[in-house]
Amino acid sequence: MTTEFRIDVKKALGKSEVRAHFRKAMDTLMINRRNQFPDDAALQALRTQAQAIRANVLSKLPELLQQLETNLTKNGVQVHWAETTDEANQIVLAIMQKHGAKSIIKGKSMVSEEMGLNHFLEERGIEALESDLGEFIIQLDGETPSHIIMPAIHKSKEQISTLFHEKFPDIPYTDNVDELTASARRILRDKFYAAPVGLSGVNFAVAETGTLCLVENEGNGRMSTTIPPVHIAVTGIEKVVEKLSDIPPLLSILPRSATGQPITTYFNMISGPRKADEKDGPTEVHLVLLDNGRSRIYSDSELLATLRCIRCGACINHCPVYVRIGGHSYGTVYPGPIGTILEPQKSGLSVHGELIQASSLCGACGEVCPVRIPIPNIINRLRYDSVRKDSENTPTQDAGTKRKPLEAATWQAWSWAASTPSVYNFGGKTATQLRGLVPNNLGAWTSVRSAPKLAEQTLHQQLKALGVDHE
Amino acid sequence: MSKARAAIFERLNAVERPVVEVSEREDFSVFAWDKAEKIRRFTERMQAVRAEVHQADRSNWLDKIAEICQQKGLTNLLLSLTTEWGQAISQNAARFPSLKHYERSIEDWKEELFYQADAGLTSTLGGIAETGTLMLWSSPDEPRTLSLVPPIHIAILDTDKLYTTFAEAVQEQGWLEQGLPTNALLISGPSRSADIAQVLAYGVHGPKELVVVLV
Ligand code: SF4
Repeated sequence: MTTEFRIDVKKALGKSEVRAHFRKAMDTLMINRRNQFPDDAALQALRTQAQAIRANVLSKLPELLQQLETNLTKNGVQVHWAETTDEANQIVLAIMQKHGAKSIIKGKSMVSEEMGLNHFLEERGIEALESDLGEFIIQLDGETPSHIIMPAIHKSKEQISTLFHEKFPDIPYTDNVDELTASARRILRDKFYAAPVGLSGVNFAVAETGTLCLVENEGNGRMSTTIPPVHIAVTGIEKVVEKLSDIPPLLSILPRSATGQPITTYFNMISGPRKADEKDGPTEVHLVLLDNGRSRIYSDSELLATLRCIRCGACINHCPVYVRIGGHSYGTVYPGPIGTILEPQKSGLSVHGELIQASSLCGACGEVCPVRIPIPNIINRLRYDSVRKDSENTPTQDAGTKRKPLEAATWQAWSWAASTPSVYNFGGKTATQLRGLVPNNLGAWTSVRSAPKLAEQTLHQQLKALGVDHE
Repeated sequence: MSKARAAIFERLNAVERPVVEVSEREDFSVFAWDKAEKIRRFTERMQAVRAEVHQADRSNWLDKIAEICQQKGLTNLLLSLTTEWGQAISQNAARFPSLKHYERSIEDWKEELFYQADAGLTSTLGGIAETGTLMLWSSPDEPRTLSLVPPIHIAILDTDKLYTTFAEAVQEQGWLEQGLPTNALLISGPSRSADIAQVLAYGVHGPKELVVVLV
């Protein structure tokens, strides 16, 4: 089977330089994270707390969303709801048109990637400019992020130097990171200065106070939400938290899990537009709350855990599959383990269902997840969904479409044989006797592995020979 | 009420609500550090991310700030005329580079703010020792951009307002009871990025330098 995903994976695996680059980057991130949690008991207590905070949100999601809306509105923030990404894009467009805005400057937002906002706006003659340094770089090269928190992680310093020189021929070539950064600062300053509208994501939205919280290191998030006269925030409906007192623990675990920083440079808490006596800040603040499949995921008590995610990227950094194939091979907005469980649930198994095969179920993702999402279990569950008979009992779209009658019958027979000792023992012995007949070519299995060799005797026989009576 | 809103709520409300155990949620993080320990930790964390930390007291802080301005070769300093610190500096204007007061709306002098301000000076609401963090609340006196746009941010921190953790600060200062400002900020160092090949670079979009004066 040669799907697009497999072709991309094969290509990615062939690029040994890029692979080495990813390996090094992920190793650093893993070490940084580990250094932030020297005391395992403290880490586990914090994970328990973070999980409880997020689980609490999900247990009363509609009430909290209502409270959030009420308090934001009271604070002067305009709240919009979108069922689909297209609706969300239309809302952003309408706000821009109301102001006659021809450009928008963006802080980092994965939900805007999910919406395909840049493309949507550009088709309508509106310039959408990324201001996060990593996002700025990949936008110059017409690429999408390869990591949710470090979008340009796939690019080497040399590639970025060349890219800058190509796109800004007036700036002398340099591979000095400080100089490259200074150039980006200069270019984007002018853009911030002139931008009529700024866009951002949201890390946490506090229902109790009507506050939008953003973490970042560069200050572009602050610039995007402070300088332009209009600020539009976009986020998923699951990003709400109940209380202000829920914020410190989440802020404590998010950056440490993500980049291994004790805290990000900036934590920006926005509770409304500029007041009459204030001298700066946007005069209009909008929040677009996007569903895009989330309420469907919400309806299943097991899959629901997916919505606890705080988008730290730790699962990605620790994934043995991601580190080898890189972010772009996934062909999705969210790569790595979180993408593997989220994307097929959002768009259906027939679109990104193949991703659930791209896991060795090693469990690393579940072990590092700050909100304890059992990612391997959910991968297993989605694998089951893809072949289950009772597809009406799961909200996952295209459930059961991978079910093959022959395969189902085989497994049913196997389950019968394995639970009937006489049949099982007879089968085992017969298999060892016929071991010479196993062909060397077993299709896909042997294309990258050698064929398995059956032992001369079954385990039962060998144990008996060793004198073990009761196995 | 929009159609999308109604549909989303209809789906969410149709779900039999998951019952979860959330008692662990209330854990409260705080340390038993004395003032000296809080200052030590705060300073260590700040310096680790290349922020400058200066010690001063009520009698010599003005000298300290004048010295910093001179050392950095500032030609101007942007500040509020109405805060305690801003007033004292303004009364001693002769010892400082040319003082600019944030008196008008940003629209009226955006170009000057963006391209001519050398440094912004702000007070702070307090600090957090665990993470080396300053807390700032925007206000008509000290707008958001004062700590954001100029390439150098000089912040004055009253060491009596150092807390061990963010949770403690929020509780002790009664953030909820006071009601949040339009923009509350935690600042833990100068602007930085590691987006180019994981090499740390400072001064991406926010201030390139953060100077904290402990008083
Ligand atoms: S699934 Fe867990 S580890 Fe992965 S991004 Fe979400 S919160 Fe982080």
